[in-house]
Amino acid sequence: MAETPLPVSHQHAIAPDTPSVVDVLRDIAKQTVLKIQDYSKLSFRALTNLSSKPRYVQDTLDQMDDIGVGSLPIVLLSGFFIGAVMVLQTGSQFERFGQTSLTGDVVSLALVRELGPTITGLLVAGRCSSGIASELGSMLVTEQVDAMRAMGTDPSRKLVTPRVVASLMTVPLLTTISVFVGLLGGMVSSVFSLRLNAFTFWQRAIAALEFSDLMQGFSKSIIFGFILATVGCYQGLTVRGGTQGVGRATTQAVVVSSILIIVSDTFLTKLALYLAEKVF
Amino acid sequence: MSSSAPSLACSEPAIQFSDVHIGFSDADILRGVSFTAQSRETLVLLGETGTGKTLTLKMAAGLLCPDRGQIEVLGNRVSAMDEHDLLAFRRKVGFVFQEGALFDSLTVRDNVAYRLTEDGLSEQEIAPRVEEVLRFVELEHTMDLLPSELSGGMRRRVSIARALINHPPIVLYDSPTAGLDPITSQTIITLILRLRDVYGVTSLLATHRLQDGFALANFRFDPKSRRVFRESDSDKNLAPTRFLVLRDGRVYFEGSPDEILSSKDPYLQRFLI
Repeated sequence: MAETPLPVSHQHAIAPDTPSVVDVLRDIAKQTVLKIQDYSKLSFRALTNLSSKPRYVQDTLDQMDDIGVGSLPIVLLSGFFIGAVMVLQTGSQFERFGQTSLTGDVVSLALVRELGPTITGLLVAGRCSSGIASELGSMLVTEQVDAMRAMGTDPSRKLVTPRVVASLMTVPLLTTISVFVGLLGGMVSSVFSLRLNAFTFWQRAIAALEFSDLMQGFSKSIIFGFILATVGCYQGLTVRGGTQGVGRATTQAVVVSSILIIVSDTFLTKLALYLAEKVF
Repeated sequence: MSSSAPSLACSEPAIQFSDVHIGFSDADILRGVSFTAQSRETLVLLGETGTGKTLTLKMAAGLLCPDRGQIEVLGNRVSAMDEHDLLAFRRKVGFVFQEGALFDSLTVRDNVAYRLTEDGLSEQEIAPRVEEVLRFVELEHTMDLLPSELSGGMRRRVSIARALINHPPIVLYDSPTAGLDPITSQTIITLILRLRDVYGVTSLLATHRLQDGFALANFRFDPKSRRVFRESDSDKNLAPTRFLVLRDGRVYFEGSPDEILSSKDPYLQRFLI
C-alpha cells in the first residue's frame, strides 16, 4: 500500500448499502400509511374537541370572517362567469335542436349538483388551504406552536378546530351564493345571447331542481370544506425544513386538497345518485 | 404581584432527570443524562451547539417525551404523563424560548396576557398584572406594539414577562442571550437575576456563554435597594448556582462555579477562554 499522510484504518473501503427497489417501495408505503394515520388523527381530534371545553368561539368567528367573507369576491366573480359560460356552451348545442328553453334546466342542475360545490371547494382550497398551511407552518418553525403548548394551550383546540368548524360552516354558504350568482350569470347570458326570457329561464332552472339535487350539492360542499381545512392544518403542522418547508407545505396543501376534492367528488356523486334513487 | 425574597434554599428537588435518553433518526442525542435541580437553585446548562441543551429544557417542560428514563418536575412524573395532564402541568412552568417565540399577530400586551386570557380572567384582573410584569422588564411603554416592532433584546424581555405572568415556581431559559450584544445580554441576565432574587424561582438556563452563569453565581439583586450587589459568601446559600456541562450526550461536569473555575480539564478550560 502506498504511503499516505492520512490514517487508513481499513484496507478496503466499505461500500455504502444501496437500498433495493423493494426497500424503497416499502419505505414509501410506510411513510404514506403513517401520513394517512396522522391526518386521520388530526381530523378526528378536530371534531372531538367540540365535545369538551375550552371552545374558542372568537377564534372560530375570526376564521369564518377570513375564510367566508374573505373568499366572497372570488366566489361571486367566478360563480357569475361560470354560469354565463355554461349557458353559452350548452345553449349553442341546444340551438341545433331548437330546444334552447332547456338551457335553464341543464345549467341549474350542473351548478347545484356539481360545478357550484366543486368550483367553490377548489377556489377556497386555493385561497384558504394554502393560507392555513403557511400560517400554521410559520408558527411551527418560529416555535409559536411550542410556546402555545408551553403555556398549557392545546394547539389542536386553538388552531385546528376553529379553522375546521369555520370552513364547515362557510363553504356550504359560499357554495349557495356561488350557485345563486351562477344562475344569475346564466340568466344574463341567456337573455343576451340566446334571446330567452329571463323569467322563463329562472322558472325552468328552479323547477328542474329536486330535493336530492340540493342535498347532493350541500353535502358535497360540507365535505369539501372539511377536506380543505384539515389538509391545510395537517400540512402546516407537519412542516419540516424551516421557511423552505413552509413554502413546500403551502404548495402541498393546495395540491393535496384539490386532488382530494376532485377524487372524493366522483365517489360522492356515485353515492348521492344511489341515495337519490333509493331514499329520496 | 407580591415580591417574596427567599430566605433559604430548600433541599427538595424541583427538577430531577434520571438516566434520560432521547434521539432522532437512530442517533441518540442524550445518552443517560441524570441530574437534580433543588428548589430555588439556578442550574446553568453549558455545552456546544447540538449537545441537547434545548432538548433537556423541552423535556423538563413536557414538550418532548424521552425515549427512556424518568423526569420529575415539582413532584410530577413528566415523562409518564399524557398530553392532557401535561397541558395542566405546563401552567406551573415558565419557558423562555431562544428567539422569544412571541405570537407575531398579537400585541405585546396580548402576548403577555395570553395565559391569563386562556384562564378566562376578566379584563380588570388582567390589566394590572400585565402592567406589573411589563414594568418588571421595563417595557411598559411597548404594550401596544407588535413583536416585529421590537428589537431582539426587547423580544426576549417580553418573553420573560410572558413566562412570569402567572408566577411559575420554575422558569426554563433557552439561550436567552444568544445573538445579543454584550450590553443587552447583561440586561437580560440582570432580569433573570432579579426574577430569581425577587420571586425565588428555580431556574434552568441553557447557554454556551460561561459569563452568564458566573454573573448569576456572583451577583445578587436586593429588592429593597433595587440594586445589584456582588454576592458575599453568606449569600451563597440563598440561591445557589451550579453548572452542568453536557458533552457527547452525557453529563460531562456537574459542580459549583468554584469547581469549574479550578478545573484543569482541557475541555472545560475551553469554555473559560
